[in-house]
Amino acid sequence: MSIPSTKPIKIIVPCGSLGAGVREEEIEYGLARGAQAIASDAGSTDSGAAYLATGKSKNSRGAVKRDLTILMRAHARAGIPVIIGTSGQAGGDLNVDWTRDILLEIVEELKISPKIALLYSEQSKFDIKAYNSDGRIKPLSPLGELQNKTIDSCDHIVALMGVEPYIAALEAGADVILGGRSTDPAVLASFPIWKGAGWAPSWHAGKIGECGAQCTEKRDAAGVLLTIDHDSFEVEPLSVDNYCTPQSVAAHMLYENTNPFLLTEPGGELDVSDAKYEKIPDGNGVKVTGANWHKRPYTMKLEGAGGGMFQTIMFVGIQDPDVLIDVSGFHERFEEALNARAKQSIPKEEIDNFHISVRMYGWNAIDGAPVPKGTPPPREIGAMFVSTARTQELANSIAHACNPYFFHFPADMNKELPSYGFAFSPADIPRGQIFEFKLNHVIEVEDPLQLVRTIWTKELISANTI
Amino acid sequence: MTLLRDVCEHIRSKQAGPFWVTIDIWFNSRENFERFKDSLGIAPDVFEKLYNTDRESVKKIEVADFNLVKISYPRATPQGGMIERDLHSGQQCMRLLNQKLD
Repeated sequence: MSIPSTKPIKIIVPCGSLGAGVREEEIEYGLARGAQAIASDAGSTDSGAAYLATGKSKNSRGAVKRDLTILMRAHARAGIPVIIGTSGQAGGDLNVDWTRDILLEIVEELKISPKIALLYSEQSKFDIKAYNSDGRIKPLSPLGELQNKTIDSCDHIVALMGVEPYIAALEAGADVILGGRSTDPAVLASFPIWKGAGWAPSWHAGKIGECGAQCTEKRDAAGVLLTIDHDSFEVEPLSVDNYCTPQSVAAHMLYENTNPFLLTEPGGELDVSDAKYEKIPDGNGVKVTGANWHKRPYTMKLEGAGGGMFQTIMFVGIQDPDVLIDVSGFHERFEEALNARAKQSIPKEEIDNFHISVRMYGWNAIDGAPVPKGTPPPREIGAMFVSTARTQELANSIAHACNPYFFHFPADMNKELPSYGFAFSPADIPRGQIFEFKLNHVIEVEDPLQLVRTIWTKELISANTI
Repeated sequence: MTLLRDVCEHIRSKQAGPFWVTIDIWFNSRENFERFKDSLGIAPDVFEKLYNTDRESVKKIEVADFNLVKISYPRATPQGGMIERDLHSGQQCMRLLNQKLD
């Protein structure tokens, strides 16, 4: 650990997620206010398991490069570290490597040679099985004991890092850290804790700042400035015409949490039951006191994702009054007819392995629940057909077999066949694989760095760019 | 008869990790918060019925400073899975608006 600072620690949180749109003028403002580090996460589980399972990023390469370039320019000018967590959306090894390549390109373009630390937290199935058989892995509700077959069904498994791997990298002189999967608050809390700020306000500030300007009143801004002390922290927007209120800050504790007062993090629990949020007089920020950090045996959460069946979709728009007069009845008959048609088309051995649904957008697509009696029909309805099967070819062939029915299935058998409104040609869209998260478990470790690999990249400007 | 939509200033739902959904209900006054926070209209049984979840797993937390009730429940179907219709669970709260609170 470095020598505890007597001064508050200031860090820029430039955005909610790298690639979401860092604003250069906000970074300038933060630097002018004396920020000592820039820290941001670059992803989360929010958008589903596909990003961990495939190693792909949700944000585009261009958007991530743009944001990271702005941060690296700030680093080059002010000499302060840039700390990125959950790189490449999911924080698996492939996601970190993808971000690393972008960083190396930027470093070369800017002709700088920062000391780069890459923190990898992806786990092998072999190791996870060994920890599991040692009784080191415990389930979190709603999942039960971890089974080996569940581990095998994952394409990638990561452990969520706490502050320690980041602190170790900072201690070893890192200018830039690209972290694998980490808890969002840990990425922000690591620098102030390293510099000697209090653990409780650092973690609490990390939680409040995790989504950037989301804890401010005008959320069209991008970032916030966190100022962390021994027993309190302040949060303020990075744009002067924006402001925080005690309500906007405290309300962020509710966001995406089942418990807004207690947060379990690697190595401890953040308790904000007694936290106080006060407007700073004559400022646009909020001062927060009263958080507690209770040290606990070190655990890391595991995330594992894997691919399953494949889907094909079709979509039609319907304005036909014969359908709209009894949407629910039509939907029932429609699905029945499509399922019957699909059964005729699919190989016998696949008959129990496929699924079809039609979702009536404008009626009850989101919940699929019965619509209350007397609900007036809308002017038009969008019907989405989804076929699911063990291979993409099978899902496609079901859609092909169903296409004429989906196009022409009549609400009134006594009339000429209707033609519903396809928006595309070809009408069917192979959607690819379904991905699911498989783990909701924690792993007990003795050492916070036990499941983490740190790789240093000493990059110099290549000769041909000078 | 009071419907939730009559006394609710704001409502939102969101996934809390891939396995949980959390719903925040802001009541429009302290009085209505006190009066309806324990209503059977937003009790675990309702969540079992509306969201096909296990009532024993439903968690409810009051945040009196915001006149808010937070209710969380495990997802009945996997996030992004075969029958996904609301990946981020952002629309899940809407069907509560017509719940009868008294």
